[in-house]
Amino acid sequence: MEKPVIHIKPPSRLSLGFKELWQYRELFYFFTWRDIKVKYKQTYLGVIWALLQPLGMMLIFTFLFSKTWPINTGDIKYPVFVLSGLICWNLFSSSVSHAGESMVQNANIIKKIYFPRLIIPCSAMLVALFDFLIAFAIFIILCFVMQQPPSWTAILYFPAGIVMSLLSAAGLGLLLAALNVKFRDFRYALPFLLQVLFFASQVIYPLQSVQQSLFKYLLAINPMNAAIELFRAPLSNISPDMTIIAIGTGSSVSLLIIGLLYFRKTEAYFADLA
Amino acid sequence: MRPAIEILKLGKQYKLTTSAPYVALRDVISESAKNIFSAKKKEQDSFWALQDINFSIEPGERVGIIGRNGAGKSTLLKIISRITPPTTGEAIIRGRVGSLLEVGTGFHPELSGRENIYLNGSILGLKRAEITKQLDAIIDFSGVEKFIDTPLKHYSSGMQLRLAFSVAAHLEPEILLIDEVLAVGDMEFQKKCLGKMEEVSKKDGRTILFVSHNMDYISALCNKAILLDKGIVVKTSNSKEVISEYVTNVIGKSFLTNGSESHIGNSVVKLTKIQTVDENGTAKNNFSVTEKIGIEMKFQVLHRGHELWLGYNIVNEQGVNVFDTHNVSSPFYNQVYEAGEYSAIAWIPENLFNTGSYFIGCAIFNHLKQVIHFHEKDSSFFSVHDSFDAPTARGLSPGNFTGIIRPLLNWDVKKIDR
Repeated sequence: MEKPVIHIKPPSRLSLGFKELWQYRELFYFFTWRDIKVKYKQTYLGVIWALLQPLGMMLIFTFLFSKTWPINTGDIKYPVFVLSGLICWNLFSSSVSHAGESMVQNANIIKKIYFPRLIIPCSAMLVALFDFLIAFAIFIILCFVMQQPPSWTAILYFPAGIVMSLLSAAGLGLLLAALNVKFRDFRYALPFLLQVLFFASQVIYPLQSVQQSLFKYLLAINPMNAAIELFRAPLSNISPDMTIIAIGTGSSVSLLIIGLLYFRKTEAYFADLA
Repeated sequence: MRPAIEILKLGKQYKLTTSAPYVALRDVISESAKNIFSAKKKEQDSFWALQDINFSIEPGERVGIIGRNGAGKSTLLKIISRITPPTTGEAIIRGRVGSLLEVGTGFHPELSGRENIYLNGSILGLKRAEITKQLDAIIDFSGVEKFIDTPLKHYSSGMQLRLAFSVAAHLEPEILLIDEVLAVGDMEFQKKCLGKMEEVSKKDGRTILFVSHNMDYISALCNKAILLDKGIVVKTSNSKEVISEYVTNVIGKSFLTNGSESHIGNSVVKLTKIQTVDENGTAKNNFSVTEKIGIEMKFQVLHRGHELWLGYNIVNEQGVNVFDTHNVSSPFYNQVYEAGEYSAIAWIPENLFNTGSYFIGCAIFNHLKQVIHFHEKDSSFFSVHDSFDAPTARGLSPGNFTGIIRPLLNWDVKKIDR
C-alpha cells in the first residue's frame, strides 16, 4: 500500500480540499450519526418533535392569517402555503444555527485531533436535513388531505428548493461558524438575525403581495425567498417569478463562496483560538 | 528508506493576548479605528514556542520528547498532528498518523460504550471496518464488557478511561503520536497499554513519538529521545543520554551553581546552591528507595537582623505537592541570622517516596512577617528507583506498587486468643 505523504507548511494557498473531505467521509458519517442520535436521546416523543414544531406554527399562522386577517395566497390553501414555507425556513434556520454553533461546541475535539474542519458544520447541517425529511413527509400528507396534490414538476422543484435552502444555509452557517470561533458576539447576534430574516422571507405571506417592485426585488436578495418560491411552484398553477429566483441564486452562491473562503482561510487557526 | 518524519526549520509563533483567548468584536473595531488615526500599527507581543527545529525520525524508531513545562513539546506534537499550523518551516510525514493527545476525545456521555468505541475510533482515524474487526478485542481489553451497551454517563471515570485506552491501544497507524495521556488512570492499566503499544511498534516497525515527563516510561518505551528547552532542540541521541542531559543540565542548569552568579534571592539572602546528597554528603540525583535523601541548600545572608524560615516542597511527576517542610526542628528556626554563609540539609527518611521523579521547590521566607525572600519552584530534581537487595514496602509483590508515597510501616499482627 502506498504510504500517504503529508507536507505540513505554514498556510498559504487556498484550496477547498474536497478530496480530503472525501477521505474523511466516515468521520463525517459518524459525526452526523452522533448528532442525530444524541438529539433525540432521552426525549419521550423522540423524532415526533421534528413534526410538532412546524405543525404547531402552521396552526397558529393559519388561525391568524386565514381567519382573522386573511392573506391572499392565490390558488394555494393557506395551511399548505404556510407549512411549505415553514419547513423550508426551519431547514434553513436550524442549519444556520447548528452550523454556527458547531465549531465552538466541538472545540475540545478540534484542539486534540486533526480532520478537515468543514466536516463539523456540514454534519450539523445534515441533522437539520434529517428533521426536514420527517416534516416533509407530513407536508406531503397534508397536501393530499387538503386536496392540493403537487404537480409532477415537483420532482424538479422540491429538490431545487431544498438545495437552495441548504446552499444559502451553508454560506451563512460557515461564515458564522468561523466568525464565532474568533468573536463570540455572533452567538448573540444570530437569533436576532434569524428573526429578521424570517420576516424578510415569504413564509407567512407571498412575496408577490409586495406592491412596489423595487422593494420586492430588494427582499429577493434574501435567498430564502427564491428557495421557497421554487419549493411552492408545483403547488400552484401560476409559474414562479424567475427574477426572484435569479436574484436569490446569485446572492446564495456569492454567500456560499464568501462563507467557504472565509472558513477555509481561518480554519488552520481554530485550534489556537477555540 | 526515507525518514518517517522530517522536520525542517520548523517554528511556531504565538501572539500573546492578555485577556480571553477569543476576541471581542468591540476591541477589533476600536483597535482598527485607533489604527486609522495613529497610522503606525500597534506591535503585538509574541513569542516563539518553537524555533528552528530540525530532526528526522526513521521508520520504526520510538522517540521520546522531553523537556520542562513550556519547552514546546506539546506544540511540536500539535504541529505534527496538523492541529495547528507552523509559522515557519515545514514537516514531512510519511505514513498514516494517529495522534493521541488526549484519551477519549469525542466521547459522548449519552452514547453507549459500544457506540463510543465507533465514534472515538473514527475520530482517531480508524475505518469503520477496522473497528468492527477489532471490536471484540477492544471490548475485551477494556474489561467493561458487562456495561458495553449502557450509556457512558453511567460509567465511573476509571471505566471511561479504560475504554478510551482500549480504543487507543488498538490504533494501527504507521506513526503514533502520544502526549502524556498515560499520566492519568490506574498504573496497572497504563502499563498494560504501554506494553501493547510497544509490542505493536516492535512487531510491525511502527514509529512512535512520545511526550512525557515520566523518565521511567521514556526509558522503557523509547530508543531515542529529543530534548527541548525553550523551544529549541538541545540534544538528540539515545534515550539514556538525553535523559541524563535533561536531569543534569536542563533541570539543574540554572540552580546547581556555585558562588555569587546565582540570581536567586534578594538583598537579604541569596541562594548559592541547591542539591540532593546521600548519607555521605555526596551530591547525586538518583536514589534507591532504601536510601536517605538529603536536600541541601547553601545560602548567603547579606544583611543581619532577619528572622528566616527555610522551606522545601516536593512535587511529583503528576504535579502533586507531596509535602511542605520547614526547618522547625533546627535551632535556627525563626532566629535572627548573622551575615555569612549557611548550609541547610533536610533529611528525607529511607522508604518514604515511591519510585519516580521529584522536583524540589525551595524558599526562604517568614510567613508571620509576610516576606518571601525567594521561592524557587523546580529548583532541583531527583529520582527514586526500586531496590531489590534490601527490604522495602513492596515486599514480595511484583509489578507496579501504586501510591503517592511508599512508606515501610510497622505492622502489628497477632492472633487473638479467646
